[in-house]
This record gives sequence, structure tokens and C-alpha cells, in this order.
Amino acid sequence: MQCSIRKFYYGDIPEEQGGGAAPSESMNEHGWPLWEVFIRSKQGLDHKHAGSLHAADARMAIENARDVYTRRQEGISIWVVESKNIHASDPGDAESLFEPAADKIYRHPTFYDLPDEVKHM
Amino acid sequence: MPVHHLEETFQQTVDAEIKIEAKDWMPEAYRKTNLRQISQHAHSEVVGMLPEGNWITRAPSLKRKAILIAKVQDEAGHGLYLYSAAETLGMSRDQMIADLHSGKAKYSSIFNYPTLTWADMGAIGWLVDGAAILNQVMLCRTSYGPYARAMVRICKEESFHQRQGFEALLVLSKGTQEQRAMCQDAINRWWWPSLMMFGPRDSESTNSDQSMKWKIKRKTNDELRQNFVDMIAQQVKLLGMTLPDPDLKWNEARGHYDFGEINWDEFWNVVKGNGPCNRQRLQARINAHEEGAWVREAAVAYAQKQSAKQKKVA
Ligand SMILES: [Fe+2]
Ligand SMILES: [Fe+2]
Repeated sequence: MQCSIRKFYYGDIPEEQGGGAAPSESMNEHGWPLWEVFIRSKQGLDHKHAGSLHAADARMAIENARDVYTRRQEGISIWVVESKNIHASDPGDAESLFEPAADKIYRHPTFYDLPDEVKHM
Repeated sequence: MPVHHLEETFQQTVDAEIKIEAKDWMPEAYRKTNLRQISQHAHSEVVGMLPEGNWITRAPSLKRKAILIAKVQDEAGHGLYLYSAAETLGMSRDQMIADLHSGKAKYSSIFNYPTLTWADMGAIGWLVDGAAILNQVMLCRTSYGPYARAMVRICKEESFHQRQGFEALLVLSKGTQEQRAMCQDAINRWWWPSLMMFGPRDSESTNSDQSMKWKIKRKTNDELRQNFVDMIAQQVKLLGMTLPDPDLKWNEARGHYDFGEINWDEFWNVVKGNGPCNRQRLQARINAHEEGAWVREAAVAYAQKQSAKQKKVA
């Protein structure tokens, strides 16, 4: 689709409106890989994905994650995983993977009508 | 699937308020617009550290210094959340930074104004962060998932920014004659540039509302600006100060404050690179990047050495 957005919204100044030189040839990649950060917010809870960052190695990734994602006591434990090691399901497969669960309502406790006398079950 | 089909499905997803995620199909213009907007937002957070960083060494007390450092550190974090969100759209961090340094990518013009007195730290927190918050609260509901999540995290941290700014001004407003004058002067200088943060008037643009249709944006510039004026016009009374606009007055019929005309020549002039500090800000970023190059290289060399050592042991 060749429709480009030209409305000048807050925080979206079109690039050609600006001064500045033509982009210089791209700089050397600094070679710091991307890491995904998982934080355990308190004892007893799972680590949860918090975000990502670049770091030269795992130790630096943990140190940076601590500075970026736990400045307000958001965590007590950090996991970092290099992003390239995360394998994800394909959004295109979502239907075939997850939809079959939709009609299996008998997998939920609410499917079963029991007499009130059975109190807690 | 044919493209028009994909587009239809995409629009339905957006209309149903279901977030778009990085690996989902999206129209190229949606990707580009988000990429431009998120990376500009990231650059704004990073360049935005400079005007306040200017006062860290000169904060009037240890308490104010600690607060200012915490705020500036938050802004660095905001930059990082946003760069990460932008990277999910397929541009490398290095490329984004290169685009900032070359002048191709923009950042918010507000940061091209100088911070002349301590009171500017208060005015920035109250007005500049205040304006940013209105935009960011809206963006918590933006349609692109990684952007929305970054915004939720950012909004949690922002409210302290505005409060500390207002409180710093409140203290000055109760101070000596000189302190009160300093407070009023900072408000005078930051008021109009803060209004400009919301961008051109809605009527300026006859172009499509695609950004709204895709729910990247959910309020127009003028709506956000009006919200801002209504909020600040009330709060300024608590400071016993005034806003530098003779046309500012409550409009009973509209239920909003009317306000005067913004100097759009100034706005475009600063956007085009001719504001008071454009050159200085960009140069400071470029210097920081270049002078930090050896640190980045050393970290890579160290990481490689360590992993080689580990392999030997194993
Ligand atoms: Fe921020
Ligand atoms: Fe802020």
C-alpha cells in the first residue's frame, strides 16, 4: 500500500521538514547483541518479560537490566536471554495452534452442573 | 492472501482494539510511521536529558540534586524502552542513532531551548513533562503493542517528573522577591514552547487521518493542546503566577480556556534546525557517542576474551 501518512502529529515531525545533512554512511555496528530481560517482581512469582537491551555479554546485560528495569524496586531477580536464542510460534499458525481449544469447554470446571449440596469441589 | 485482504483483516484487528505485535502482518506505511514516531520519541528522551543535565552540578541542595539525577536517569531509561520498541520494526539501534546524528531523524523541538536558571528545572518538569504526559497517556492505548507497553512503563515513571517540577516552582513562589521573579520568568519562557510541543494545528493539515484510523494516535494535536491549557491554567493559580498570554481566559460556552495564537514561524524555525540550541544539542550527542566509542569496543573485546577463556576450560 502506497499511502504515507502526512498529518503532523505531536512527536511526529516529518523528516523532510527538517534541516540537517544527508545521512552519513552508517557507522560501524558496535556489535553488542540484543538481550531479552525477565524480572521476578517478588519471591514466589514467575519471571516476566520486562523488555530488551543491548549488552556485550550476559553480565553486562544483567547490570544494565538492573539499572533500567528495577529502579523502583520492580524486581528481586533478573534473567537475561540473548534474543537470538528465543524461538517463537508463527503468528500465521495462531489459528491452527490455539483455536482448537475454543470448543473444548468441558476442560473447564464451570462446564459441570452439580447439586448445591456438593459445596466445594 | 492478497494484500487488500490482509489490509482489511489488519484494520479489523485495530478496530477491535486488538494490539498489533511485531511479527504480525502490517501495512508498510503503518510500520514506517510507527518506526519514525517511536524513534523520534526515543531521540527526544535522550536529547531531553541535556537541558536538565546542565543543572545537575548546580542544583541548590543535595535533595534537589538527587531528584534531578533520578529524573534524568529515568529519561535515559525511557529512551532505551523506546529504542527497543522501534527495533522490533526492523531498524538497528546504530542506524537510528546515525540518523539522529546526521540530522535526518528529528527530536522534540522543546529541547532546543536553553535552561538559563534553576527555575527552568521546575518549569520543565511541570510544563514540558506535563505536556509529554498527556501525549504519553494517550499512547498507552496505541495500536502497536511494543510501543503501548513502553508507554505504560514510561507513564508510571513520569508523574514524579511533573510533580517534582511543580513542587520546585512552588518553593520558589513562596520565596524571596528574586526567587518569585525567577519563577515567573521561567514560566514566561517555557509556556509558548510547551504549547508548540503538540505540533501544528489540526486545520494545518488537509491530509488523511490515517494515523487515527490505525489508532497510532487517538487524539489530535489541538485536543491534546486544549487539555494541556485547561490543566495548566488552573495549576498556575496555585503558584500565584501568571501565564504570558493576555488572551487566556475561561470560555463558559466551550467549557475550555481560550488562548492566544502560537508563533508558528518560531515553531518551524526551530524544527528546521535554527532554534537557540539545535547545534549545541546535536553536537553534545555526537561527542558523547564518539568519546564513548572506546568503551563500547573495550566491552566487546572483554566479552570475546571471556568467552574464549570459558571455551578453553570446557
Ligand atoms: Fe520521559
Ligand atoms: Fe519525564
